[in-house]
Formats: sequence, C-alpha cells, structure tokens
Amino acid sequence: MDVLIVDDSAAIRKILRRVLQQAEIPLGQVYEAGDGVEAIESLKKQKVQLILSDINMPNKDGLQLLGEVKGNPEWKDVPVVMITTEGSQAKVLEAIQLGAVGYVRKPFTAEQIKEKLTGII
Amino acid sequence: MIEPQKLVDYATSATTDVFSTMLGMELEVQASSLDPDFPTINDGVMALVGLAGSWTGAGVICCTAAFACKLCNQFIGTAVENVDEDVLDAVGEVANMIIGNFKTSIEEHVGALGLSVPTVIYGRNFTSRSIGQNSWTVVPFHCGGEVLEVRVCLAPAKEPTAPRAGYSHTSTVLA
Repeated sequence: MDVLIVDDSAAIRKILRRVLQQAEIPLGQVYEAGDGVEAIESLKKQKVQLILSDINMPNKDGLQLLGEVKGNPEWKDVPVVMITTEGSQAKVLEAIQLGAVGYVRKPFTAEQIKEKLTGII
Repeated sequence: MIEPQKLVDYATSATTDVFSTMLGMELEVQASSLDPDFPTINDGVMALVGLAGSWTGAGVICCTAAFACKLCNQFIGTAVENVDEDVLDAVGEVANMIIGNFKTSIEEHVGALGLSVPTVIYGRNFTSRSIGQNSWTVVPFHCGGEVLEVRVCLAPAKEPTAPRAGYSHTSTVLA
C-alpha cells in the first residue's frame, strides 16, 4: 500500500511516517506533501492507495484537496483520512460529506492512527 | 462575554493534552494572570497562531531555546541541542495543536473561528508588540525546571465578517 501524507508540518509528516512503518499493514512507498498543491502534483506522478491529510494548510487546504481528489475519476476511490486540529462538528461533517473515510483529531496517539487504518484496510 | 476563567481552563486543558498525548511530557500548571503587553522574550522561541471570525485574537507559546530543543526531541525523536529547522517546525506544530484545540473549545461560546498557520520566531534580545488594547491571558507551566508560557488574547471583532465566498478561513487570517 502506497501512502501520501499531506501536512505543512514536517514534524507531523515524520511522526505519521513512523506510525505507518510500525503499523501492521502492507506498506509500500510513503510520499509526502506540504500542502494541497504539492499533494495534487504528487498524485499526478504516482498512484497511492491511501491519503492522510491535514486540513489547515497554506495554498490549498485539506478540504479543497479532498474535494479535488473525490472529483477526479483517477483518484476518487482512494480513501482519505483527515488528521487535524479542527474539531468542530461542522468541519467533521463537511469532511465526511466531501468523502473522507475517517477523521482523527490532533493530538493523536500512534494507537489511534493504527486503529483507524485497520478499520479502513 | 467569555468568563476569563474559561480562557484559562481551555488553554490549560489544550496544553496538557498535547504535551501528555504527543510528547509524553507532564506539565505543572501555575497561577494564571492577565498581561496587557505582548510577551517580550530575551532569548528563546515564540510561536504565534492567529484567530479570526466574529471574535479575533491570537495564541502564543513561549519558551527558552533549551526547552524548545527538548520539546522537539520528545516530539519527533531527534537529539538536537541547538535550535534548527526541526525545532522551529516542532514548536510551530505544538502551538498549532494547542491553539487549535483551544479554538475548538472557545467556539462553543463565540461561534466559528479561523486559525492561521503558525509563525515561529527565534532569537535573542528581541521585542515584539501587538496592536490593540486587549489583555493577554497568561498560563505558565513548569516542566523539568523550565517554563512554558501559553498566552491567548480574544476580543469581539469590530466588524464581524464571514469568510468571502471561495476563500477558506485560513486564507483570511494572518499570513
């Protein structure tokens, strides 16, 4: 399973990469992007089977990215999990309505991420 | 109006939650206070996150360079002794999580707010200033002989506006 991690924080990308490597999933390549614009460019170059994305990012935020992913025939079936500080019901609902398969609030534990991945895979 | 104690409680719970969950660090909360001035740091790291909506303001976390390095090492498993890009990024993300969680709690009282991306400042002998006359709620924490300060400032916007169509909240707050 190839994964794209999208977050403007390099620290969060490192943590999520480590969690993915420690999780009991068939992990392939892990790609990283610092915002939604970089994420779209990455998706044009390589296929992934999972996207983990923050919401609040410069240039193109996670909900805009989610909308574009779900609106593209090539990417619409890739599961997207939002990992974000945004905790309002409105934001969660918006993400689900746009097609996110999961929502994890920051701060998170490695176990919470692994549990979410297990439910998806 | 928001009860001042609510600001303290939400800042405290957000900070202790972030530090215990993602850094494995226990913080000892100290007595809070009101400060009319923006923090002046002589040597250290400061991360600021803006808040905007029907209420506007900001959240700041401040600490020494040494504590910032320790925070980074706990956060992402590094072994840095001097402030570098990893440290600045780690402090920025910790501020993002603390103020982001504070925002989620305070939204129950003031409605939806937008959150800016963090701005992190590191240096020596610098001063800073925020324009406005609102006081900062200051919540200090002790951890291993070091002090982390969390400051929040929030007041009704003079001209509350909704985000313009086509723009997300984050694009309308501090760049």
